[in-house]
Amino acid sequence: MATPMGNLMDPAAVPPADFGGKIRSWRDFPYWLLGIAAILGWIAYLVTTEERYENAWDRIIPGLRLTIETTIYAFAIALVIGLIAGLGRISRNVVVKNVATFYIEVIRGVPILVLIITVAFVVVPYAAETFGFDNNSLDMKWRAIIALALIYGAYLAEIFRAGIQSIGRGQTEAGRALGMTPGQTMRRIVLPQAIRNMTPAIGNDAIAMLKDTSLLSVLAVNEITQNSRKYVATSFDSRGTYPILFAIYLTLTVSLSLLLSWYRRRFGLDDRA
Amino acid sequence: MPKAPRAQHAPGPEMVVIENLHKRFGPVRAVDGVSLKVETGQVVVIVGPSGSGKSTVLRCINLLETPSAGNVWVDGIHVNAKNCDLNTVRAEVGMVFQGFNLFPHLTALENVMLAQRLVRGRNKTEAREVAFAQLLRVGIAEKANVYPRHLSGGQQQRVAIARSLAMNPRVMLFDEPTSALDPEVINEVLDVMLKLASEGMTMVVVTHEMGFARRAGNQLVMMDEGRIVEQGAPDEIFANPREERTRAFFAKILSH
Repeated sequence: MATPMGNLMDPAAVPPADFGGKIRSWRDFPYWLLGIAAILGWIAYLVTTEERYENAWDRIIPGLRLTIETTIYAFAIALVIGLIAGLGRISRNVVVKNVATFYIEVIRGVPILVLIITVAFVVVPYAAETFGFDNNSLDMKWRAIIALALIYGAYLAEIFRAGIQSIGRGQTEAGRALGMTPGQTMRRIVLPQAIRNMTPAIGNDAIAMLKDTSLLSVLAVNEITQNSRKYVATSFDSRGTYPILFAIYLTLTVSLSLLLSWYRRRFGLDDRA
Repeated sequence: MPKAPRAQHAPGPEMVVIENLHKRFGPVRAVDGVSLKVETGQVVVIVGPSGSGKSTVLRCINLLETPSAGNVWVDGIHVNAKNCDLNTVRAEVGMVFQGFNLFPHLTALENVMLAQRLVRGRNKTEAREVAFAQLLRVGIAEKANVYPRHLSGGQQQRVAIARSLAMNPRVMLFDEPTSALDPEVINEVLDVMLKLASEGMTMVVVTHEMGFARRAGNQLVMMDEGRIVEQGAPDEIFANPREERTRAFFAKILSH
């Protein structure tokens, strides 16, 4: 993928994947996308024609729903956490600011895999004890969603913080000078502009989270990676299985990228104000 | 304006009263003991070299800066009193910035409507009518549905003026409203300001436009190093500046 991280401070920041837009000459054509399409086409051909691949496909694909569902739920929660923590990070209230910063730095300081197992096997059981609910009532799928939401909430908080801070002080002053409250100024003036600047970076994180759901296999959640590993454990056919897994992730992420760049074009978000 | 405390001294004809105002930024004394009265319907023009504290004085009137010491009253309301409701006061004080500060995600009309709806509680129809009338007043109604990025600097600044006027302010503050403009569009903004002045709007204007000061100003205030050096009728000061610093300042800006 054409990768650049959406640099919030740079007005010329490139969206997560630039699929060309207007093609003015042969130089502008996205040949790399053809390459990806060729890989996916080849694997699709194998799955439909060879039994070995077809068997693997049949075992992996039931996990797709879980992969997508987990991503959607976790990302939706992460957006809420991220907005709150991001606002907290720039709060003038010392307590709020430090609580938010503490959370963000703790999450950023620990590998995702370690966070996932810690949340699932340490934090949730302790929480069950403390708040008196049955530890078994929360299945691994929801522990996985909570873990991913907490992790990406911290990453998104930094995106929200940078996005909000990228809006000039003059905007806030203009709102306040008109008698608007700090909350009204944030909601009606700063955030609409900030979110427009942040969409490339938020899109990147959505794609990153989709990929990180593969780590949930450590919780024995039956998403596509876990299904692949389980199948290989009985069939010993790594070479017939993992290329399919590879192709499924690639299809998902490239589709998401295309969707995001279509969305940005559709709503004119690439037009800089 | 509810909730705000009334002044001890009689409100009288003064719209803005500044009393021994000080503002420090760390070790820097940006404003160092300024007292100033602006009568209702008057236009006061503040001039002075950059860094003389003139913008800071202006920003202390609507509390975009909090005074370090001293008092500010607007229409009899002690605005830097602890229990003063800032948002209520600010709604009564229009401000026009050097950099326009229009909201880029809203059209000209929406820019003028937003605060009316949120702060004045007007409904959509009413806010739209007022907004349109104000855009007409500054001569830019035909651009109502255009986004700020498609407007020239002069047009943007006129929209910004309309945005303030739509709140029916009791006093308008102008912070170097033409300093960011190309020379050929400065006059379209000054014309609007002259019109407002002739309609009796109380105005405090920080500017380098001496022509405007002469034509519209009732009072000229010359500031340097955080203090008022000299003040009086513009014609008198231009003709016969008493202070050496005023003469030096005029010599610098009028020599070309």
